[in-house]
Amino acid sequence: MIRGLALLLSFQLLGELIVRGLGWPVPGNVIGMTLLLAALIVGMVPLAWVIEAADLLLTHMALLFVPAGVGVMLYFELIGREWLPILAATGGSTFVVMAVTGHLAQRLEVPTQTGADGDG
Amino acid sequence: MAEVAATPLFGAALTLAVYALAQALYRRSGSIWLNPVLVSTAIIIALLLGADIPYASYARGGELILFFLGPAVVALAVPLYQRRQELWGRKGPILTGVLAGALASIASACGIAWLLGGSSEVILSLAPKSVTTPIAIGIAERIGGIPALTAPLVVITGCLGGLCGAEFCRLIGIRSPVAVGLAVGTAAHGIGTARMLEIDRLAGAVSGLAIGLNGLMTTFLLPLLMLLFA
Repeated sequence: MIRGLALLLSFQLLGELIVRGLGWPVPGNVIGMTLLLAALIVGMVPLAWVIEAADLLLTHMALLFVPAGVGVMLYFELIGREWLPILAATGGSTFVVMAVTGHLAQRLEVPTQTGADGDG
Repeated sequence: MAEVAATPLFGAALTLAVYALAQALYRRSGSIWLNPVLVSTAIIIALLLGADIPYASYARGGELILFFLGPAVVALAVPLYQRRQELWGRKGPILTGVLAGALASIASACGIAWLLGGSSEVILSLAPKSVTTPIAIGIAERIGGIPALTAPLVVITGCLGGLCGAEFCRLIGIRSPVAVGLAVGTAAHGIGTARMLEIDRLAGAVSGLAIGLNGLMTTFLLPLLMLLFA
């Protein structure tokens, strides 16, 4: 568990260093994820080293968003003033994205589908 | 009381306790409407307002929890690695789907807010709202939005996708687990992915992949679009 957390944090740190060093406009944690994936694929990091810590964080990922959500209380006034554009845009665009991405992916996926994969 | 409330212990304990309660409520009721993130956010806000505790005091502990979103994004490499063959075989639909979703998200969020008379700071804060919080905050900062407003909008978006994404997809005829996972992950990042992981392992892995891909694409697309339209 500790080894896993140490690895996850180290890869994030490495990602941050690369992003800062090269001045890339990308968040360091995304680069960290890409590097960890590469390390797993080439076998530099065995899956067993990270799986416990990764499962713990991913199982409870939703919890980690709660403090950011509570921050909405700072903007009650702004939201009260512009509630219609904010709520309509937040809600409407969420459904637009699901419809666009889902339909496109499903349509493109059908011809390349290979054999049995569950209930698809 | 105010002294204790200003320690990191307070915010951290409150968040975990309320979330544990909300999770138990969600499991016992089996109702998707009692989404634990939504319910615990509402309860915590009500408690803070009721007890007259400023957000800044709560945030000291909240930040401890928020911190782990960073390594959680890195941890998404694990389900990707485990499902790499299935994902690689579908790289075309996945990349196209997320790219279209990233563009649709920016266009529809900014378009709707603009049509309804939103101010420019609100429109720019909305632009990265489908991307996971730690990435969206960085983007909002860079393009001139309000990062502290973007964060809760990202959470509301996630709750909406987590709440009814699976049901919405079924309703409009999206049935393949890969397409459903991709749709919910692109639209509703980590909160949507948490729900996908409950429903189907493959959909969860694809959803996790969509978080990273959408984060990357939106990061590069938004500054480009800003150059075109500004």
